[in-house]
Amino acid sequence: MILVGELSLWIALLMAAWTSTVSFAGGLQGRLDLVKSGERAMYATFAFVLLASIGLWTALFTHDFSLKFVASFTSANLPTVYLFTAFWAGQEGSLLFWALIMTMYAAIAVYANRKTNRAMMPYVTGTLGVIALFFLMTMAFSENPYERLDWVPPDGRGMNPQLQNPGMAAHPPMLYLGYVGTAIPFAFAIGALVTRQLDAQWLGAVRRWALVSWFFLTIGIVLGMWWAYVELGWAGYWAWDAVENSSFLPWLTVTAFLHSIMIQEKRGMLRKWNVTLVVLSFLLTILGTFITRSGVIESVHAFARSSIGNWFLGFLIAATVLTAWLVSTRLNDLQAKAELESMVSREAAFLYNNLVLVGICFATLWGTLFPILSEAVKGDKITVGPPFFNSVNGPLGLLLLALTGIGPLIAWRRASVTNLRRQFAMPAAAGVVVFVTLIALGMRDAYALISYLLAGFVFGTIIQEFVKGVSARRVMYGESVVPAFLRLVGRNRRRYGGYIVHFGVVVMFCAFAGLMFKKDITATLKTGESVKATDAYGHEWVFTSQGISSTQELNRRVLAVAFNVTRDGQPMGLLSSEKRQHVNALGEPTFEPSTEVGILESLKQDVYLVFTGAVDRETAAIHINFNPLVWWVWFGGIIMAFGGLIVMWPQAQRAERQSGYVAQIPMEKRELEAIGVGV
Amino acid sequence: MKARNKFLLGGVLVLGTASYLMASSIDETATYYLTPVELAAKVADNPRFVKNGVKVGARVVSGTIKRDPGGREVSFMMTDGKQTYPVHYRGVAPDTFTDGVDIVVEGRLDGNGVFQATTLLAKCASRYENAPGQPGQYPGAPGGGEHPANVPKA
Repeated sequence: MILVGELSLWIALLMAAWTSTVSFAGGLQGRLDLVKSGERAMYATFAFVLLASIGLWTALFTHDFSLKFVASFTSANLPTVYLFTAFWAGQEGSLLFWALIMTMYAAIAVYANRKTNRAMMPYVTGTLGVIALFFLMTMAFSENPYERLDWVPPDGRGMNPQLQNPGMAAHPPMLYLGYVGTAIPFAFAIGALVTRQLDAQWLGAVRRWALVSWFFLTIGIVLGMWWAYVELGWAGYWAWDAVENSSFLPWLTVTAFLHSIMIQEKRGMLRKWNVTLVVLSFLLTILGTFITRSGVIESVHAFARSSIGNWFLGFLIAATVLTAWLVSTRLNDLQAKAELESMVSREAAFLYNNLVLVGICFATLWGTLFPILSEAVKGDKITVGPPFFNSVNGPLGLLLLALTGIGPLIAWRRASVTNLRRQFAMPAAAGVVVFVTLIALGMRDAYALISYLLAGFVFGTIIQEFVKGVSARRVMYGESVVPAFLRLVGRNRRRYGGYIVHFGVVVMFCAFAGLMFKKDITATLKTGESVKATDAYGHEWVFTSQGISSTQELNRRVLAVAFNVTRDGQPMGLLSSEKRQHVNALGEPTFEPSTEVGILESLKQDVYLVFTGAVDRETAAIHINFNPLVWWVWFGGIIMAFGGLIVMWPQAQRAERQSGYVAQIPMEKRELEAIGVGV
Repeated sequence: MKARNKFLLGGVLVLGTASYLMASSIDETATYYLTPVELAAKVADNPRFVKNGVKVGARVVSGTIKRDPGGREVSFMMTDGKQTYPVHYRGVAPDTFTDGVDIVVEGRLDGNGVFQATTLLAKCASRYENAPGQPGQYPGAPGGGEHPANVPKA
């Protein structure tokens, strides 16, 4: 099977080359046989990449340490589940995994459009073939997962214990599923540009792909934050590191696209902009890969440096030049069909939303690339730290939050004064109530107060929208609350799923603002000694050391310290943190010692305990953090993903198949009128 | 005024604010990123340079790490092969900090030529790989990645 897999990689390479060649040729010459052949070759590419992947998994599960990849990232005593995830633990496997998802997406996209979008499909298939070819070439010629060692080691080097965590097992594939998802809309954009079919039609074909990409990027980013928080022991979840930023950049442009696409559908505006966002999202994922894999930017997460960076840089430049040329020669076809009529309209709110999202994207990119730019201009590498990102993206983020509340409240085209007064009264009041309450409770931090004011406003908006929709259904169809609510969401998944996503965003902003109130203490305690601390809510905590214990477990030596915790005199249980030294079968240490933090989780705050070291057998040095509202970050992430799922869920299948995607719009319009929103 | 122009005006306002924020905070947070030999050159050039906080990327000299028992202070030597500086860091070193790893420290040189670090980041060559900087070390292979002399090649 391993040999079959190795061979399949090369066959897949040839297939991808064939796909792109005949698809483009078929499209240009209008030869249907070539187009068909190209599509079949796309399926074949996927099939062979799948075989190549099964081959690598076989090698991992059978512990074939003659493969460098298997020997580098696994060992004979690694738990089975991590043998499966070791697939993407290294660069070579990651590339193969990337190619696997990419060709799978491509095969699905080609199959789904086998009867639609016929004119542009040859170019879409061809572009997808080129992207697949690129990944397969980097593997075949530079980072081959099937590279063999010239001797067979008795055991592998094992997997880094910090990666033996469910969050890290799932984080990379989620991100890849998101990254690769941008390739499909990109291919459609190329197809639409080449054939000059630039109306809303091609957007319909890519909207769901953009959603898929957004959905997985969101989950991937949040999982990465969670992993960093529980595993790395620095009590934070986001550090504006280059690697984190490069996953955030495409998320921003895809989010912008998912909003601006609505304007093109409804009003025929923003045609150039939508093409640009789609192209940009894909290019940013390639740029992100280049940044993280080439080592040009210093990052704590830096991956193995290799020539792979050059491959990505070359691909990035070629793709940028090509698409820039395509767009510039087709500007006439991208002329808007309508103009902005009023500043007080939903279009304007969406435009500002896009502006802010792209602004955040640009600022983040600028900060990330600053060392390269400054070296090029001034000859010195100058870096900017988290304060840069926070002070730029903080205000922009709040503006975005405000727009999240404003957008749904104002009508398309031109909002009347009555419309504004009727729509804004309740949400604005909600924001003010939150604001005043918090001041009365003694909160004084300006950033946090503004965040909660806006959060209250947006939350009010969302509630108002749901209440209106539900009561309209109750009046019209005489339904009771629960079925009315379910049908409302079910019939307008895009709209109400979107609001659920917005709700998740609000929750996250609230959680971010909570970190303004974090506190921490350090202490060195003998057994029986205690330390007192007061958290941001004014509770008094007492931590009493129960002493240090050392234990020997199967694959590690553990030094643990436990504390008896009380809050305002109430027992809160035991909290412990460990230092672990992983060992191999001979008892020799492997990897650096790792710290296992102890977290006392609650809705109000996390108490985050780090065992920094043992001074002697009795005395432990510790660091305790009180992190308010961290749980809500994860909860917000779950809500966002759930909302995304609702939006993505196929709706009115039959209607869609008959008359294409557009069928959805009139239906939504009817419902909108029913609930009294001016359309 | 046409709506389009109004929008553009608003857009310029937003972007202008963003650019202002970017420009002002870059001045506040920009830090030189140097290697030890570059730092030495800068200081030789202008002795007042030590007043600047800088980031230095270097490698930990094996065997020089001295940790205080509570794990809250650590001293070691860092080098880029050409220039070596002693480093003193007050804080909890990350788990990945060990002999021979690449590190990034932020701080400044004191009067005695000791780099007083306020942050210490350590990284693996790849965050997935064991034994950074020593390619090819597998269990059962004394002498590292070289092909063992007494084992015939396959």
